[in-house]
Parts: sequence; structure tokens; C-alpha cells
Amino acid sequence: MAEFLQLLFAGLTVGAVYALVALGFTLIFQASEVVNFAQGEFVMLGGMVTVFAFKAGVPLPLAALLAVLVAVAVGLSLHRFAIEPAKGATVVTLIIVTIGASIFIRGIAQIVFDKQFHALPAFSGDEPLRLLGAAILPQSLWVLGGAALVVVGLRLFMERTLFGAAVRATAANRLAAELVGIDTRRVLAFAFGVSAAIGALGGILVTPVTLTSYAVGTLLALKGFAAAMLGGIGNPVGAVLGGVLLGLLESFAAGWISSTYKDAVAFVVILLVLFALPQGLLGRRAIERV
Amino acid sequence: MTPATRSKIALLGTLAVLLLVVPLLFPSAFHLRVAALVWINAIAALGLALLMGLAGQVSLGHAGFLAIGAYATALGPRHLGLDPLLSMLAGVFAAGILAFLVGRPILRLKGHYLAVATLGLGILVHLVVVSEVAITGGPDGIQVPRLVLFGWRVVGPEIWYAITGVVLLLATWIALNLEDSSTGRALRALHDSEIAAAVAGIDVARHKLLVFVVAAVYAALAGGLLALLNRFVTPDVASFLRSIELVTMVVIGGMGSIAGAIVGAALLTVLPQLLTFFHDYEHAVLGLAIVLFMVFLRQGIVPGLAGLFARGRRA
Amino acid sequence: MSRLRGEGLSIAFGGVRALDGVSFSANAGEVLAIIGPNGAGKTTLFNIVSGLYRAQAGRVFLDGRDVTGLPPHALAALGLARTFQNLQIFFRMSVLENVMVGRHLKERRRLFAELLGLPSVLRENRESRRRALALLAFVGLADRAEDPAQSLPYGALKRLEIARALASEPKVLMLDEPAAGCNPVETEEIDRLVLALARAGIAVVLVEHDMKLVMRISDRVLVLDRGRVLAEGRPQEVRADPRVIEAYLGRHGLQTAHAA
Repeated sequence: MAEFLQLLFAGLTVGAVYALVALGFTLIFQASEVVNFAQGEFVMLGGMVTVFAFKAGVPLPLAALLAVLVAVAVGLSLHRFAIEPAKGATVVTLIIVTIGASIFIRGIAQIVFDKQFHALPAFSGDEPLRLLGAAILPQSLWVLGGAALVVVGLRLFMERTLFGAAVRATAANRLAAELVGIDTRRVLAFAFGVSAAIGALGGILVTPVTLTSYAVGTLLALKGFAAAMLGGIGNPVGAVLGGVLLGLLESFAAGWISSTYKDAVAFVVILLVLFALPQGLLGRRAIERV
Repeated sequence: MTPATRSKIALLGTLAVLLLVVPLLFPSAFHLRVAALVWINAIAALGLALLMGLAGQVSLGHAGFLAIGAYATALGPRHLGLDPLLSMLAGVFAAGILAFLVGRPILRLKGHYLAVATLGLGILVHLVVVSEVAITGGPDGIQVPRLVLFGWRVVGPEIWYAITGVVLLLATWIALNLEDSSTGRALRALHDSEIAAAVAGIDVARHKLLVFVVAAVYAALAGGLLALLNRFVTPDVASFLRSIELVTMVVIGGMGSIAGAIVGAALLTVLPQLLTFFHDYEHAVLGLAIVLFMVFLRQGIVPGLAGLFARGRRA
Repeated sequence: MSRLRGEGLSIAFGGVRALDGVSFSANAGEVLAIIGPNGAGKTTLFNIVSGLYRAQAGRVFLDGRDVTGLPPHALAALGLARTFQNLQIFFRMSVLENVMVGRHLKERRRLFAELLGLPSVLRENRESRRRALALLAFVGLADRAEDPAQSLPYGALKRLEIARALASEPKVLMLDEPAAGCNPVETEEIDRLVLALARAGIAVVLVEHDMKLVMRISDRVLVLDRGRVLAEGRPQEVRADPRVIEAYLGRHGLQTAHAA
């Protein structure tokens, strides 16, 4: 039981970060059908900027805020200077644009920061909480709580505000949204900004648990993408579900089967799921009209 | 002579002339080595160009097949005492078989689902070569014995330049033949409309599988040559970034253009060599270059320039 | 002789019955027109017969053979060809190559010979070119053969699809709104083509909204309404059928028609 709980919490913690990355993917995909492979770099920026600002003497909350702002600025620039000019390009071209951008961001981060691993102090200390014999880091609760807050907040924003309605309209049908006067370019810029903020937040919360470096973004982006596809891309509920599921599978596979192939779990699962359900878990089956 | 035959001869002729002229202009061992790397990458990119450009099926995990060719060439001699050349051919065969086995379910997927499935396949190969330390040497890599053909030790940049160049020439010829055949037309047709292709009697699933296998064979062949040239293999050949490099070669050169794949491979092989002058800025500059190319020449270099040329002639 | 026969074909999408027990038969050398108001199920019927959708009930026979549930490419191999209401052109290819793709089943494809560009493959290519050019001449597009398909105007694309469908030398040709969006000159051209094909012994099945065209060229007319067969017969009979008039014009229309 203790081991089970231990693995459960470890899985939920990582899964929450995957879920945030997947949510970022989904948000941008809904607004534009662009799959943004630079999504993982926002997580990296969140962690790294906080670490370096904190080391320079900035209080932690302020350092975190600064990190979110930097990530948002990078996200908006990515949209303005790479995605917007490449408008109308094919899916593959856009994928390469975002991957090129992620290589660029990583390259800059490697110069501005360094190539070392860094940690942050846990927000509420390192004293583990005891639960039925399992030791749970308080930071895990921060990650889970923060992720839950983001998910709920985003949901409320989408459903209660006019701008949220505009985002949903754009996701449903971009052309129709443009016809009723929605500035879909602004919607997309917004999606990039929010995705960056969400990713950065995930990075800040999880750095005390997993450490960070300039290079953590790649694998996070790949797993976040896998999670988003697992849920059925373009479906925010699916993205969160896919992320959490992936985190749990990884954690239990590492604990019970082999920790060597922990990273393989995500991709074995995504292949098996796609073989059985070519549209993802919650994706809709499209009927082609001719 | 049909237009297809004319352009086939033009491209093969240009490539042959290029293969002869490069050593005259850049005779140093270093340059010949870089050129051999260009030819090898071009072979892999050609296969991917058939898959992506002709048939419109994306693969974000093609380095997996590259790695199978490379590791087979290293592992055969190490563990089974096989000849490196034989091992390489076995690796090429194995890559083809793997593509055949996983191709059908994977190629049922479309768009981003296909992208993530191929990505997963590539990453799994990468994880295996990193993790199975006892067999593959893990992250440290593994040595490849020198190729010996009938008692002749195949050594020296000139020799490898020639070997890789000839293989590229053959690979290009085969790719051009495929493009200008019934199967090639079927592949281009299903790229535009799978429904119309099927109604025209094309077995869409079979044709996708076929080109996937061809692309895997090309990549594995390139991987094997890479292993023989470098005489060392690291898990780097299987990495996600390697897959992306291959895709970028095809797209930067111009999707759907056989010549484009070769141009893209040349650019993406030579550029990092030049960027080593930038030391720490290497990655930043490479990323920036990729973004700029894709934004400003989104059709790719070869079709883009061809378009400019055609407009210039009309004007 | 019945080339193509459907028996009791039914399909529902999300609970809505798109086709409900539709039977029909198309004979060699004959033009069968399928008409009906929008949403009657005409294109759905085409999609089932050509293997794109799978009927939930009913059977399809081609030359007396049960072909229910076969995939599109297998049906094509048995002599079925079709065009599309929303054009499905291979836009990256030239006009000629579009028609050459239609020759796919007639070409002997041996992969290794193709990869090596053996003389047999080059011969095959030449033969396909020759046949495709002849078909382009038949539909009046010979002078556009080497142009990119995307440079053709709409009406010409319609004819290109017909040429591509004919390239497989089909026994049954299904045309989905061949004259939609065509000007009167182009419509007349379609007229001529369809009649020539029927004379050549092909069973032509067409969905069309242009009633004048339907009355001119079809031997028999099948009327669908809300997924069911409403009427079937020779054009004059069908035109006079009050149920058909009602389906097209509604009750009000029927009264007006009677009053007139």
C-alpha cells in the first residue's frame, strides 16, 4: 500500500506537468492547428529564469513572476516573428518552424544561463508528509494544486469571459469566427501567451522536485505532445487526462517493471492506443465528405 | 523523350559532374570527409523525400531506421563475428522488415497522429540503444571494425568519398525511376486525395507501406555507411534531433523534389560545420537559420528557386 | 443486362436514416439518372456503391457478383469507376498524369522493374501516356495535357475527372453531378460524352440536378426522397408522377402545378 501510494503521488506530480504541457499544446492547436514543439522550452524558461533570478537575490515569488513574464514574452515573440509570418504553410513546415524555434531558444538559454543542472528550494520545506506509510513531498502538493488551479482557471476563463468565447469560436471554426468579426490573430497570440505562462508555471512548480537545465524542454515537449495526442488533440479535458495518465503509467512502470525504460512507457502506450483508436482516447471520428 | 526523362537525365548528369568536381575544388581530407557525410545524409533524405514529398506521409522518427543500419554494422562484427559489409546489409534488411511490420497500423494514422506515432517509434529505438549497454555500449557508443573487401583495406577519405558518392548516384537514379513509374504516380495521387486514388483502383494502404519500407531501407543504408565511415556509432544517430534534421533536409530542399533532398542534406550537413566557428552560438544560429528558411522559402530551396527562375524567364 | 444492382441498401448516420432500403439496377449501354431533392441520399448511395461507406443493410452486385463491403480499389478492379461532386483532382500532378493514374489497374506493376527503370517499365509508361492522351482528346483537353491540373477551369476539371474514370476502362461509370457549375456549352459537352459512353456499352449512373439534362439523356430515372425510392421509370413517366412533383415542390407546389 505504501509503495502504491508513493508511486501514485510521484506519477501524479509528473503527470500534472505533462498535463500542463499538453494543455499548452491543445490551446495553441485549437486556435491555429499549429503543433508547437517549443512548448517544452516554456517549462524550461519557467524553471531556469526563476533559478537564476532567485540566485541573484530576487525573492522567490518575484523570481517566479519574472519567469512567467519572460516565458510569455518569448511565447508572444514566437507567434509574432515565426508563426505569423509562416501563416498558411503546411503542417510539416510549421512543425519544423516550431522545432527550429525551440532549438534557438535552447541555444540562447545555454548562453545566457549555463549547461548545469539547477535546483530550487521547495516552497514549503523538504519535510515529507506521512500518509499510510508513504512519504510525500510537500512540493508535490504544490505541483498538483497549481496544476488543478490552472486547469480550473482556464476552464472558467473560456466559459465565462467574452474573450474565452472568442477563443472557443475560433477553435470550432476559424473562418466563421473571422466572419463574425473575431480577430483570430489576436486569439492566436493570446493562445501562445497563455500556453507560455502555463508551461512556465509548470516549470517553476516542478523544479524543486526534478531539477532543471537548459535542455529539459525537448523530452517534456515530446511527452506533452504524446499526452495531448493520447487524449485526442484539440480536447483540453483529453489533454489533462492524457498527461496525468502518462505520468501514472511512467511512475508505475518505473516502480514495478524497469526504471531503465521509464521514458519508453509514454511512447509504447501512445503507439498501442493509436493502433487501437486512431483518433486518440477522446477524439472524434471524422467522416470524410466527398 | 518525356519531360520526366529529360529532368531525370539532367539531375543525374549534374550530380555526376558535381561528384567529379568537388574533389578538385576541395581536395583536403577534411573537406572530402564532410562531402562524404553530405552524400550519406542525402541518401537518407532521398528516402524520406519519397515518403514525405511523393506520398505525403510524415515521419518524425526516421533516425530510428538510420540507427538500425548503423548499429547492425557495428554489432554484427562485435557479437557475431560477421563481416561489417554483410552486417550492414543485414541491418538494411532488418530496417525494411521492421518498417513492413509496423507500417500498416502506423500509416493508417493521419496528420499529427502519424507524426506522433513515428516520433514514438524513433524514440523507442533511441531508448533501446541507450539502455542496452551490454549489447550496444550504451551512451558511450561502439566501435566499428574497418571494412576489408577481398583483402583490401577500405581506408582513406578519397575512397569513402567515392563509395558514398556512387551509392548516392545509384540511390538517386532509383528514386527518380520510382517517381516516374506507375507506383510513383499512385503515391503522388494518394498524397492529393486518398479517396480518388482508391477509387482509381490504387490499394492505398499497400502503397503507403511500400514507400515506408523503401524510405526505411534508404535510411538504414545511410546509417550503415555512416558507421563504416566514422568507424564509431553513438546513440546520437537515433536521436529525435537527428530525425528532425532529416525532415528539415527534405523540407528545406523542397518537399516533393528529389534534387531538393540532396540540396537540403548538403545545407544541413555543411551549415553546422561552418557554425562551429560560432562555438557556443552554434545551436542558436542553427535554430534561427531553420526558422528563417522555413518562413521565407517555405516551398523549399529547389522549387522556390525554380519558381523565381521561371518568373524571370517569363518577364 | 444488369451490370450494377443494389438491393435494400440502408445506412444511418447518428440515428438519421440517410438511406432506407434502396434498390436499383443499372444496365449495360443505358443511362440511369438518380435525382431527388437535397439530402435525399444520392451521394450517400454513390459512396456506398463505390465502397467508401459500408451499408448497414443490403447488398451490391456487380455483374451478378456480390461485392458488398469490398474496398474501393477492389471494386475498381472489377470495373467500377466514379467521379465526385466535390472534385477530387490530383492537384500536384499534370493534367495528363491525372489520367495516367486512372490507368493504374491496366499497368503491370513490378516494383523491382520500376525501381531499376527497366525497358518494360518505360514501354508501359509510353503506352499509358498514349492512352491517356487519347482520352484527353475525347473529353476535349488534349491541348492542356502538360499543364498543371490546378490551372484548369472548373468545367474542364469535371471533364478531366471523367477522363480519369474512363482510363480504367470501366463497365460501370458513376458520375456525381457532372454538369454542376458548368455553363451551357460545357453542359452540352457533358451530354455528348455521356451518350457516347452509353453507346459504347458502359452502364452510366449519374446524379444530376439539371432536369433538362436528365430528361434529355437518361433512359431511366430513379427518384430518391429522404432516403427512400420515391419513383422509378422512364423520364416522361417520372416527370408526370405527382409524388415526384410534390417531393420537389412541396404541397403548395403541387396545387399550383394542378391549377396550371
